[in-house]
Amino acid sequence: MAVKLVFLGKLADLAGSDDRAIAAPLDWAGLLSALEPALAQAAQDDTTKIALNGALLTDKAALEAHDGDEIALLPPVSGG
Amino acid sequence: MRDVRIVTQPFVPGALTDEFAKAHPGLGGVCTFVGEVRGEDGVEALELIQYPAMTRKGMEELADTALERFALMGLLIVHRVGVMGPGEPIVCVSAAAHHRRAAIDAVDFTMDYLKSASWLWKREKRSDGWHWIEPRAQDHSDLARWATKKL
Repeated sequence: MAVKLVFLGKLADLAGSDDRAIAAPLDWAGLLSALEPALAQAAQDDTTKIALNGALLTDKAALEAHDGDEIALLPPVSGG
Repeated sequence: MRDVRIVTQPFVPGALTDEFAKAHPGLGGVCTFVGEVRGEDGVEALELIQYPAMTRKGMEELADTALERFALMGLLIVHRVGVMGPGEPIVCVSAAAHHRRAAIDAVDFTMDYLKSASWLWKREKRSDGWHWIEPRAQDHSDLARWATKKL
């Protein structure tokens, strides 16, 4: 029973990998407590977007992830 | 015709744009922009990272918006991802239309959105290692010219 976390851009450097699995179910408070302090701080930054299964969350605090879901932490894009 | 491709290997823009133009018999004009990796500032390589769950879908939505907004017969977007070197093509956008203005404007519009609002993360390798590239203010002001909803 796991949720896949995906780190994009510089957040992958901060996390030390492109992705990791954490226990499901997971809400916003659960995500923050599962992350190292620097990552948790980055996740809360206004410039970091959160997507659940490829759809952007308009309200991060409303995150509700279940087994098999994928959460992405998206820092500002740098463009093509 | 909407043709959006994300490629992981080097591509030859001319081959793709020829094929695209041939797919639109009766067109009045084709406008194409090709972006390449700049060979300046000691940049040895560039890496573009996509998020498969969002990057392609975002580009398809952008293409749909351009097709709705401009009087186009077709739009081609080819975007390279992965590690590439100076002089290699990164992006190719080609628009076919009955009249030139629609084709030229559609390419300008599409490039502005690709440069500032596509789900891509970029880093450059210089002699001292890899550096993440932050968004440029110029890219956002380019986007503001179109005064439309953010994709």
